[in-house]
Amino acid sequence: MMPIIPGKPRYLLCAALIVLAACSSSNSDRTVLQNKGSDTLVNVAQAWAENYSRVKPDVAVVVSGGGSGTGIAALINGKVDIANASREMKSEEHESMKKNGLKAAVQHTVARDAIVVFVHKNNPAAQLSIQQLACVYGEGGQCSTWTDLGIEVPGCAKQEIIRISRQSNSGTYVFFREALLGKTGDFKLGSRDMQGSKDVVDLVTHTPCAIGFSGMGYGNEKLKSVCVAANDGEACVTPTAETAASGAYPLARGLYMYTIGEAKGAAKDYLDWILSPAGQAIVAQSGFVPVN
Amino acid sequence: MEFAIKASGFSAIFFVFAIFFFVFSTASEFIFEKMDFVEFLTSPEWYPTSLSNKRYGTLALLAGTVSVTGLAMLIAVPLGLGSALFISEFTSGVVKEGLKITIELLAAIPSVVWGFIGLAVMNPLIIEVFDAPIGLNVLNGGIILGLMSVPIMTTIAEDALKAVPDSYREASLALGATRWQTAHKVLFPAARSGLLAAVLLGVGRAIGETMAVLMATGHAVQIPGSPLDSVRTLTATIAAELGETAAGSDHYQALFAVGVLLFLLTFGVNLAADLIVRGRSAR
Amino acid sequence: MNASPFATSARTATNRRVESVGKTVLAGVTALLILPLTAILGLLVIRGAPALSMEFLLEAPTAGMTAGGVFPAIVGTLWLVGVSLAVSAPVGIMAGIYLNEYAKANWLTRMVNLAIVNLAGVPSIVHALFGVGVFVLFLGLGTSILSASLTLAIMTLPVIIASTKEALAAVPMAFREACWTLGATRWQTIRHVVLPNSISGILTGVILQVSRAAGETAPIMFTGAAFYLPFLPQSVQDQCMALSMHLFTVSTQVPNVPEAIPYATALVLLSVVLLVNMFAIAFRTYLRRNRKW
Repeated sequence: MMPIIPGKPRYLLCAALIVLAACSSSNSDRTVLQNKGSDTLVNVAQAWAENYSRVKPDVAVVVSGGGSGTGIAALINGKVDIANASREMKSEEHESMKKNGLKAAVQHTVARDAIVVFVHKNNPAAQLSIQQLACVYGEGGQCSTWTDLGIEVPGCAKQEIIRISRQSNSGTYVFFREALLGKTGDFKLGSRDMQGSKDVVDLVTHTPCAIGFSGMGYGNEKLKSVCVAANDGEACVTPTAETAASGAYPLARGLYMYTIGEAKGAAKDYLDWILSPAGQAIVAQSGFVPVN
Repeated sequence: MEFAIKASGFSAIFFVFAIFFFVFSTASEFIFEKMDFVEFLTSPEWYPTSLSNKRYGTLALLAGTVSVTGLAMLIAVPLGLGSALFISEFTSGVVKEGLKITIELLAAIPSVVWGFIGLAVMNPLIIEVFDAPIGLNVLNGGIILGLMSVPIMTTIAEDALKAVPDSYREASLALGATRWQTAHKVLFPAARSGLLAAVLLGVGRAIGETMAVLMATGHAVQIPGSPLDSVRTLTATIAAELGETAAGSDHYQALFAVGVLLFLLTFGVNLAADLIVRGRSAR
Repeated sequence: MNASPFATSARTATNRRVESVGKTVLAGVTALLILPLTAILGLLVIRGAPALSMEFLLEAPTAGMTAGGVFPAIVGTLWLVGVSLAVSAPVGIMAGIYLNEYAKANWLTRMVNLAIVNLAGVPSIVHALFGVGVFVLFLGLGTSILSASLTLAIMTLPVIIASTKEALAAVPMAFREACWTLGATRWQTIRHVVLPNSISGILTGVILQVSRAAGETAPIMFTGAAFYLPFLPQSVQDQCMALSMHLFTVSTQVPNVPEAIPYATALVLLSVVLLVNMFAIAFRTYLRRNRKW
């Protein structure tokens, strides 16, 4: 009798068993920290994790992006150790945590940031006010062409404003919406809602008609950042490290990490390291503003 | 062993029902208690994260899916059926094998690679050629999706043409018809149902495609007025928003409701294709 | 041929012209399909080449993903493909055996076949919904290689069933009948005659699904793939990076990435997929040539 068969299935079953065996005995000495959330923070978080693996080789930090909403949702579901957010947690989110029987979330400010408004480098717009931005982005806002804002953009077909925005799970989106339109306002539909800040920056770089926004770490010399005035007629403020840190820039904000209850053990060590000079140097390298 | 074999045989049925049952049951609370059916299907306003006035209308997303799929089919149907006809009737030997392998390799290109091409290559190209304000739009997604759904159409259509008995061809050619006339007057009518099934499977593929349209269509919630407008599809909405929602929240359930809609759409299209093929073989 | 057998009438001439125009158009249409494949490959090679090197394949991403390589993503993809096929191949092959060798032609079999067709048509993002809801949350497997692989397994299942059925159906009925006449049971016949004669065809179907599983992004995005991991996964409970996911993140999320990196990542992914496919196709061609019946 030829015992060839079922060769392949038997092989695969073996593989499956080995894998299952491996998974039952997988708890090695390594501590794994789950870190998830804000897309604005994700690159800093990645750099932190990369460097921390050299500081503490026995601690591994798993970084996932997806947006502040993603991180906070995971925190509410008890799936992460640290959630990254570029906005503060909403009260209803704190409620959900309580409902799930978790300790209250604790906020750690790990960096400061300013939401920078970008336009194409040929766009002559020097400054925009919050009201003008609301008119462009807000539901019911009437500004649909650059002409409406008194600007003429070379190379832009029909002067149509191409609104570039972010995914609704992005903290940048939520913060920008609230800064422009208050707690109850909504954005106009029809904006291009990009997956990541990099998408926004790339798109604005290549699109003469475009306007977009992102955290300051994403800016580069290929596009123009606009000076923003808190109110029509007031002097505008340029987004810089100083104006972001002082809060003089109208769209300045903090970047946060949240833990379930006070941070303990490996998570506490990690957060302490992030707030240390070594960790904060990485913040500056990534184009954001260190705290303190 | 025989038991395991039987059990596996029925696993397919189990999974289809499990998927539908699970997706539907997760969405059911939303569908039956929280959602306004008319609004869900006829309102273009999709505001799942509004703090003051959450709205779950999928019309604009449906319009996005339909417009991109429609344009994709304008490209894929002539390409798919044309190449199937060419491969089946006008080539032989090595050329035929080579073309079939090429089509197979084309089918293997991962959708995220297509999406990347749409984002990095087609976007600047469309801006340049059409003087469009932005190149991530229905046109971009349609072209990419069209090319993506060609291979399945070509393969199935070629099978359908191959299934036409050679005696039909011989009879037609013997009567003095050219190959072209034979294809046009004899083969196409004879293989009609198979060709239709090929097109439907292509449509099903296009409706369900996710990563490529997520990256190439611009992701804007609006009903498109021209191929140069950006849109957002049903699939891309789920892909973009699923990660952000807390399990069990309205938004989470609403995305599952979109999933139900998507499942029903593709199920309908696939069922139609299957029935057409069955109808043919029963005749 | 026509009324006067030796003269070419105007009609025949027109027919001939139509024929040649038609043929040219069809050939052109077909060429249009070869074009994107070569154009995409060419473009990826040209633009990705500056970043491509041995180090790119064997190093982890560094400097905030703007330098280094894709090694962890390659390893992660191997994990996902391996575990998902370890599940879907046995189940799929057994289901194929059931449908081709055991199932009677009745409404139940008809339902199973219909279910397979529809399972193949379920959009990948709906698989993702199912994966998140069932594996990640309901069964509590969390975002892990296991959850992602099981989701991929369900996706690849219908195609493996279909190709197994096809391979089994290619074994002539006479082989089975000869065996039965000798008093062998149905299972003995399958195990010692039908499977040895079809195993290679079945394997080809499985290999083709390797490339499918390696290329998928949507189903693993929420079930197990991570943006960045400082270590290689050690068990199915870990998360992993994956080539497809990595391409998505470097092309949409990471700022200031040198242009060549996403192209090179795409090139690596595409090469893996195409090489596996070509291997399977060559294998299949070889088998067909050597088939003795």
